[in-house]
Amino acid sequence: MVEHSAVTQSEAEGRGPEARPFLRFRDDDPVGDPAVTVDAFLGQGNATAVRIEPGDDTRDLLPHLERVALVEVNFPSFGDGRGYSAARILREAGYAGELRAVGDVLVDQIAYMRRCGFDAFEPGEPLNADDVDAALGRFPHAYQQAADSAVPIWALRHGKGAGDHDG
Amino acid sequence: MIILTGNDLASGAVTWWAGSEWSRDVADAVDVGEEADAIAAREEAARRVNVPYAIKAEIGPDGTVRPAHIKDRIRGLGPTVRPDLTLKPGDANAVHEVI
Amino acid sequence: MYRYDHCDQAMVDARVAEFRDQCQRRLDGRLSEDQFKPLRLMNGLYLQLHAYMLRVAIPYGTLSGAQMHILADIADRYDRGYAHFTTRQNVQYNWIRLEDAGDILADLASREMHAIQTSGNCIRNISSDHFAGAAADEVCDPRPYAELLRQWSSFHPEFSYLPRKFKIAVIASPTDRAAMKLHDIGINLVRNNEGELGAAFYVGGGMGRTPMIAPLIREFVPLDQLITYAEACLRVYNRHGRRDNKFKARIKILIHELGADEYRRQVEAEFEHLLAQDIEPPFAELERLREFFGDPGFEDLAEAELDRSDPEFALWADRNTHPHKQPGYVSAIVSLKPVGGIPGDATSAQMRLMADLATQYSFDECRVMHTQNIVLPHVRKADLHALWSRLDEAGLATPNLDQIDDIIACPGLDYCSLANARSIPVAQKISQRFAANGKGDTLGELKLKISGCINACGHHHAGHIGILGVDRKGVENYQLLLGGSEADDTSLAKITGPGFDEDGIVDAVETATDVYLANRADGERFLDTYRRIGMAPFKEALYG
Repeated sequence: MVEHSAVTQSEAEGRGPEARPFLRFRDDDPVGDPAVTVDAFLGQGNATAVRIEPGDDTRDLLPHLERVALVEVNFPSFGDGRGYSAARILREAGYAGELRAVGDVLVDQIAYMRRCGFDAFEPGEPLNADDVDAALGRFPHAYQQAADSAVPIWALRHGKGAGDHDG
Repeated sequence: MIILTGNDLASGAVTWWAGSEWSRDVADAVDVGEEADAIAAREEAARRVNVPYAIKAEIGPDGTVRPAHIKDRIRGLGPTVRPDLTLKPGDANAVHEVI
Repeated sequence: MYRYDHCDQAMVDARVAEFRDQCQRRLDGRLSEDQFKPLRLMNGLYLQLHAYMLRVAIPYGTLSGAQMHILADIADRYDRGYAHFTTRQNVQYNWIRLEDAGDILADLASREMHAIQTSGNCIRNISSDHFAGAAADEVCDPRPYAELLRQWSSFHPEFSYLPRKFKIAVIASPTDRAAMKLHDIGINLVRNNEGELGAAFYVGGGMGRTPMIAPLIREFVPLDQLITYAEACLRVYNRHGRRDNKFKARIKILIHELGADEYRRQVEAEFEHLLAQDIEPPFAELERLREFFGDPGFEDLAEAELDRSDPEFALWADRNTHPHKQPGYVSAIVSLKPVGGIPGDATSAQMRLMADLATQYSFDECRVMHTQNIVLPHVRKADLHALWSRLDEAGLATPNLDQIDDIIACPGLDYCSLANARSIPVAQKISQRFAANGKGDTLGELKLKISGCINACGHHHAGHIGILGVDRKGVENYQLLLGGSEADDTSLAKITGPGFDEDGIVDAVETATDVYLANRADGERFLDTYRRIGMAPFKEALYG
């Protein structure tokens, strides 16, 4: 991945760098509001944080994105990949706020999650910091377009460099 | 009898619980009775076995341990279509005995 | 053939390093088996009946001589001197040590190969027509498109935790040699009325527990929208495919439950959305890929007659060659189905011979067929006798392509932890029976396919005669099926009735062929006769 040097921080006081319960790749302040369910969010006008479960239709949120500051996407089990589509759909709709993967988030998945647009992680089990760095720094390229700024290999081959996104 | 089997984590080889260690030979398998889950959990946690599970077995007429299901009997010997690669490459009858 | 550039090589090398690290974390206990399993599966590493099994990807079945050589070297260095070619045009090793997995992947990477996504709930290796680039009836070589799809699907961040595995086949001729409509997506490259190339998408086919023939979802996707359309098909599946029941999680069930029209509607909506996201590769990339699959340097030869004075050679040439688009050439099929042998297995010595013959006689190229044989795609007719002689010495020239002893068989209960019954011994007995009684030579084309469980790796639903091994109270039992086809006349075989034991199923197959011989009209294959006379005469003979 191309962005593994992004800012990370540990929320939990007194924990060393070897365990990071909360990883964040954003410069703004974390949103403190508790995330509500999609149904609750749609039913009340003032919530700014929402949690998507695997069975929710992410597109229900799209008309309301301007009031959202945090979207949590829950992974009850790491094998349920619906959250990856949820993340990309939000980024494709222009959502620029925090997109946080929560639940059964494992170190071997966070590189794909970054590519789908997640910029924060709150795993159920803390991740080893060295493993995180290795995972995010592992792959020098990406084959396909996703929600991150990686330029696909097939674009690199034909003269598209980093930062050159159009066409 | 109830016996315990699994695979060696590093090599993948089929192993059988022989009472104090894991053996490659099903003939060494011992009756674990009620202890199957406890032994399996302990040994898996220590990474001395991978994916252990308990199966039914009986003592055959010749006194050897015979797993109840053909799948585990084939695991105990090797592929029936490649006798040369089984644990008893010189025994012409071995394949017939597991089927 | 496609060759890696530095980007491809860097990605594969990174995967080797990643998997080494994952294996080490498993060995030292930082990963549990539950956590490790999906990671090892995405690198083709299974825990099978006797050991770990490694499945190596052979993209669209195409191999160079050097690649076949390294596969042979791996068989000797890390396994037991042989390998198994599969119905997905891949190759498997049966006796792998977890400790060696990283080194094996490194060896593969040194010859531009890998095991990426050969298992797991992700997009698997792309399969294709084994005569691609050689067949006279193709509208184009399908492999540049298969390669584009390979790259698109490799490390796909959104589609690596799908509800279930996902298999794609790409063909480009009216004759289907890749079971295209029995894939999750079958792509058939076609020309429209304006003469432009495009892709017909068949989605939701498959074998397994619930066999289905894929419906046509879109007749024509322009080539500069191919990846976008595939992405739309996958996204609808990833979002809405069932995850509550692993046996209902394949895309065929989603499409069956939604109906093809509703699935199409959802895909088209997603497609419109994704077109605006501009995710399609530049068309120049497709043009770059096409360059790799051009004419390998065919000579201008006059169409030549073979010297048929050696009857054994003539029989082999009649059965085991396929017409080539270039005058003076044929595609030659190396049989991995000797009478009494293990379908699809090859020793390291045989693999090295096939590699050398590919280099010497076929522009350094060979192909794995989904029927578990090997094709040398571009052989000069003038070289055919010399090639046959070399194959014959090595036991690789059984003249049986599409004959009753050219049997597809999965590894079955001899190797596979999912199997309910052994497949290989049944295949061995059938080929021996028909060789001994001489009937094999009278039957013509007869595709016999054996699976050791309902997962159908042996394609039993698609056999003219299919056999399904089941577990009946701990005893192996075999069901007989008739009337399947994986070709362009795709159909699903039907079960004849109660199953048989191991010897009984061999008798039953012979009985079914006797019914065919007694009823066949001029020129009819077994399948044609079955379709004409129906199941009843076969049932009567089998159970009457």
